[in-house]
Amino acid sequence: MKDWQANKLMPGAIIPKSGTAREYKTGGWRSKAPKWNEEKCKQCLICWISCPEGAILVKDGKVRGIDMDYCKGCGICATECPFDVIKMVEG
Amino acid sequence: MSKKRIVATTGNGAVAEAMRQINPDILSIYPITPQTAIVEGFSKFAANGLVDTECVTVESEHSSMSNCIGASAAGARVMTATSSQGLALMHEMLYIASGMRLPIAMFNVNRALSAPINIHCDHSDSMGARDTSWIQLYSEDAQEAYDNTIQAIRIAENRKVLLPVMVNMDGFIISHGIQKAEFIEDEKVKNFVGEREPFMPLLDIDNPVTYGPFDGLGGFFMEHKKNQADAMERAKSVILEVADEFAKISGRKYGFFEEYMLDDAEVAIVTLNSSAGTTRHVVDELRAKGVPVGLLKLRVFRPFPAEELVNALKHLKAVAVLDRALSFGSVGPLFSEVKATLFDLEVRPKVINFIYGLGGREYTLQDAKRAFDVLMDVAKTGKVKKTFDYLGLKEVEVLT
Amino acid sequence: MEKCTEIRWHARGGQGAVTAAKFLAEVALASGKDIQAFPEYGPERMGAPIKAFTRISSAPISIYCGVKNPDIVVVLDETLLDVVKVAKGLSDDGVILVNTDDDPTDVRKRLGIKKGKVYAINATSIAIDTLGRPIPNTPMIGALIKITGMAPLEDVTSHFAKTFGKKFNQKILEGNIEAIRRAYERVRGE
Repeated sequence: MKDWQANKLMPGAIIPKSGTAREYKTGGWRSKAPKWNEEKCKQCLICWISCPEGAILVKDGKVRGIDMDYCKGCGICATECPFDVIKMVEG
Repeated sequence: MSKKRIVATTGNGAVAEAMRQINPDILSIYPITPQTAIVEGFSKFAANGLVDTECVTVESEHSSMSNCIGASAAGARVMTATSSQGLALMHEMLYIASGMRLPIAMFNVNRALSAPINIHCDHSDSMGARDTSWIQLYSEDAQEAYDNTIQAIRIAENRKVLLPVMVNMDGFIISHGIQKAEFIEDEKVKNFVGEREPFMPLLDIDNPVTYGPFDGLGGFFMEHKKNQADAMERAKSVILEVADEFAKISGRKYGFFEEYMLDDAEVAIVTLNSSAGTTRHVVDELRAKGVPVGLLKLRVFRPFPAEELVNALKHLKAVAVLDRALSFGSVGPLFSEVKATLFDLEVRPKVINFIYGLGGREYTLQDAKRAFDVLMDVAKTGKVKKTFDYLGLKEVEVLT
Repeated sequence: MEKCTEIRWHARGGQGAVTAAKFLAEVALASGKDIQAFPEYGPERMGAPIKAFTRISSAPISIYCGVKNPDIVVVLDETLLDVVKVAKGLSDDGVILVNTDDDPTDVRKRLGIKKGKVYAINATSIAIDTLGRPIPNTPMIGALIKITGMAPLEDVTSHFAKTFGKKFNQKILEGNIEAIRRAYERVRGE
């Protein structure tokens, strides 16, 4: 079922493969965007744990940026950040 | 080898025995009169180690059906039993079960819905669930309840169907009355039901799947619903295939309905469940006097066997449909469907409706005789005086 | 159509009428008959008048309503004679069996019926003697099979032992069987 497409209907609307959320870019839902200040970031990774979309990009244990293809602009990261290094801005 | 046994049993006892022989993976348990004796009986089997079912005692019928849904999606063979208010509380989950195309076999012991508070038999519960996309089988007596329970598993799990099945019998009249029934050998039932081969189960971790996604305006919701309707249609042939196979192990033949003295009848009663038995007795009595009456006992209400019903009823002069439920503001649910089905015939029988037995009001031999009297009058005169009427209604002053 | 034997039981809640109706049906089932046994459903209260029904037939039974015209009426509690119309609908050649110390002729007078056969047995005193408790259902079965010839006594006692052998201890089992025997011997009719 690796080549399954959304227009091939399964009984009960089952989605017969994993990782399909990747194909659905939710960045277009955003009205405000998080702005991350890399210099002041303490790398506590609380934003990474809190993001419901998995949009905080982490490599080698460090936040490297925010994936704007998927960030819905919910602002949870900005609220949760203990050091105020993420701010919600227009765009 | 266990043996075929002829026993004196209640309807509930017969269903619990069928469940023991099926030995499902999961049984959702929540008590409600008059169903409780089914899950109580099964719990005894479980406590005595006769089954290896996981009995899940839940906190409501809503949870009971939710548990069935999760377990069935995981790939388990799942059963439960309920009645009346319990089925009503499950209502929203009934749609989830069928919409996700999950095989679940549920026994519903037909009982009235309050208010006023009433624990006795009528079909308001299952008729209220008729549009939930559950297959509905009806059983005249303990024997049929047992037989239908065993067949329900195979129908639900069939790859062409994948829909939940609800088996019904009359509360108290059958659930608590002691009758003769024949239980098939354990091994035969075991072989008949086999193992469930789940379609894309959640617990197949090598092939991860998603159940219950969103499907909104831009999606295919309507196409999914058409698929569900098509599966219901396919269930018709599967129900007959399963019945044929079941006849081989039981010697008992089932179809969409039972026709009794119908071939040369001029008038007939169409009904569900135990009232068919009482009606059959009256058919015998009237036939002995030369009155050309017959009976059609419907076993499969969903999917509705419209074409087959037309063929069975088209030669009659008059048909009375008996409903043990009422669609308030309209007529009996079985009646409206049977009448609509017959409408396309060029020459069609007159069809009348009797509401009977609400809240356990006894359906007597006199009630059946009265219905046949009215039918014979319609057949003779070609005129219907009353399309809609009640049987066994008390004369009482009503203050409005 | 083959004749179906219809029995109506009158008792008070707790006297074991439903158990008796069921047991009798099972005895008949063992001899190859079709059977039915069921109470008139309602709130079950100890001491309240109740009805139960048994049907026995060589042909398949397909009626599911209560018995209106019984062939046999069994009354487990004689105080019901003043409260309930126990003989209602009894067929002309019907049989009525009452748990009482009275003579059958007196029972007939109390019932106010002319036709049919009336039988009497003091099942309560037999139960007290054999079981130490006033539960009249088992002796009534003994009396019933005697007057109807429904089944041989030995079949009934052996079926009783088989059915209740696990539920009762030896003493109670033997007491019950003795109760069936005594009532079988002592029932009087006219």
